[in-house]
Amino acid sequence: MQTEGKKRIWSEYNKEIADDHYFYVRSCIRQSFFPGSEQFFLKFLRDDLRKDVLENPSHTTCTGIGYHADVVPFSTIMTVIARHYALMKEAGYKNIVISCVTSFGVYTEILETWKHFPEELEKTRDYLRRATGREFDLPLNMAHTSDLIYKFRNEIAEKAKYLLINHKTGKPLNIVEHVGCHYAKIFPKYGVGGAEFPNVLGGMIEAWGGKVIDYPERRHCCGFGFRQYLVQANRGYSLSNTVKKFDSMKPYKPDMVLTNCPGCTMFMDKWQYTIKEMNGTVYGDNGESIPVLTYEELAGLVLGYNPWDLGLQYHMVQSEPLLKKMGIHYDPADKYRTRDGRQMPVPENMINV
Amino acid sequence: MEVAGQLAKHDCTVTLLERSAETGGHVRDWYHLFPDRKDSREVINYLENLIRHKSISLFTDTDVNDIVRENDFFVVRTSDGKELQADAIVVSTGFDLFRSERKEEYGYGIYDNVISSADLEKMFRNDEIKLQNGNIPSKIGMVHCVGSRDEKVGNVYCSKLCCVTAVKQAIEIVKRIPEAKVFCFYMDIRMGGALYEELYKEAQQDYGVNFIRGKVSEVSQDIDNKLITKVEDTLTGRPLKIGLDMLVLMAGMEMAESGQKIALSAELDTGENRFFKATDLHYGSNKSNKKGIFYAGTCTAPMNITETISHARAAVIDVIDYLNDRSN
Repeated sequence: MQTEGKKRIWSEYNKEIADDHYFYVRSCIRQSFFPGSEQFFLKFLRDDLRKDVLENPSHTTCTGIGYHADVVPFSTIMTVIARHYALMKEAGYKNIVISCVTSFGVYTEILETWKHFPEELEKTRDYLRRATGREFDLPLNMAHTSDLIYKFRNEIAEKAKYLLINHKTGKPLNIVEHVGCHYAKIFPKYGVGGAEFPNVLGGMIEAWGGKVIDYPERRHCCGFGFRQYLVQANRGYSLSNTVKKFDSMKPYKPDMVLTNCPGCTMFMDKWQYTIKEMNGTVYGDNGESIPVLTYEELAGLVLGYNPWDLGLQYHMVQSEPLLKKMGIHYDPADKYRTRDGRQMPVPENMINV
Repeated sequence: MEVAGQLAKHDCTVTLLERSAETGGHVRDWYHLFPDRKDSREVINYLENLIRHKSISLFTDTDVNDIVRENDFFVVRTSDGKELQADAIVVSTGFDLFRSERKEEYGYGIYDNVISSADLEKMFRNDEIKLQNGNIPSKIGMVHCVGSRDEKVGNVYCSKLCCVTAVKQAIEIVKRIPEAKVFCFYMDIRMGGALYEELYKEAQQDYGVNFIRGKVSEVSQDIDNKLITKVEDTLTGRPLKIGLDMLVLMAGMEMAESGQKIALSAELDTGENRFFKATDLHYGSNKSNKKGIFYAGTCTAPMNITETISHARAAVIDVIDYLNDRSN
């Protein structure tokens, strides 16, 4: 493996990422299943980096899941996205930052459609005007939230309390990076590092001391794939994709999986539970499953945030083996306790506990 | 070289400008030629003898900066500051091999044992077909159409020679490593040349080369350094995943960068495929849109050596006609 070859590709896919004044749009899946991720992102940008980030409560779903399931027409989703741009314009912002990879793919697809088919842009302006009376501008800069964490990865490394290094052996942790398909596979130019050898997550891992694993099925779908999952009869297909991925990474003994797509985090996390229940297979070392984290959660751990404030307890595969390897101190008793000290119900059949 | 030699034979004074340190172009990097597996050095020797002529001045390591018409002459300015006068110009800038790293999914320049067809020729010449770790490969894949017939990289045309090159190289591999299994992954097999089809048949019958109709979608490397190659076998209608020791990319032909520079400076027309555009594909394939400037060889389209030499000889006739018409 020649790292220089990868660096050459990365140098061809250097996207511009705005430095400040972001209009932030949340992800349906991320805020529901990994709520600590978005909370960390906002806190880190606003409090630690002193950046200006605005989120507007009138922002809605992008309807991407409906679009990919063929229940939302393209003209409708274009108008929904146009409305988000209108909210951004009304707030005086020009840089949009998108938390969801599905949404990011939708936004890029629509921007490219408008670029190549200007009549679609004009039609959308008309639809939005007639529906809401709003006007919109195209963004000056569009980034995924993982782009921002990538941009500020060295600042995080400088403030790191824990590194991606096994504190007992001193060796870098083996980390699988899984980049969501809709991040750059549709339009490689929108992704840090392109589509084939993306660097958006790899750059973070290396900056924080870890080792990126390059395994044969690294490009393969996590198993979400809307049609595979949304159509109940196809769910076996979804699961078999995940099995293929984990089978492929297993020989490298990964310590964790890092993803930038909320759907991927969900499926790679939850299907491990399903696979274990179905046939007893686990993919990590020592009979454990592999923790799957979002980049916000990992950045938070590196910076020394409390794992339970980051919401790691809401994953199906529990992260304690990773926390131990990184030498992170945590209080197990706090895991399911609210900030004001109330005990929450403790889930049954947790993995890795 | 062919143009210069033939013009000199017809009493013309020729200045031959070569951008590299020596003449011969890509042929110099090739080992054996298809279809008869002639040593490429024989062709180089023939051409070198041809230009060893008192009426030919050869300047190597010389780039053409621009070509300007001044009255009845052309002035050619070179990278080393020369200003040369000429009655007529023959552009024979050839082609560049497609840079295989542009097909990122194949991992050229990243995975140790993904090489190009040109790299393999060097291995043949050095008599060393080895993996990076020094081992002899036993399963080898050859990917056709790398950078050809591929809208994604902007090349919709067929490079014409990659199929027969793959067949020739596959045979050469099996001759050297008899136990090797060779797989050619192709879209269509295009054997449009004398004895090409026979070579294709020989590869299958006598050397056991496997031809799989399908385009490689991606290549990865596993923990044992095997190249995991995904391809769709379109004849059986099934996806295929195969672990290979070595993968050879059949790099296509593209208009040379040096040719593009000349096209801009001399305002020469180029076609949709970026090669120089001749005034007529049937009877004017050597003529440019500028009177007195002619083309020879692969600067107009992918060609094999036979075609290139024939095209060069045809250019000579056009040049002589032009000079005669001018003096009458």
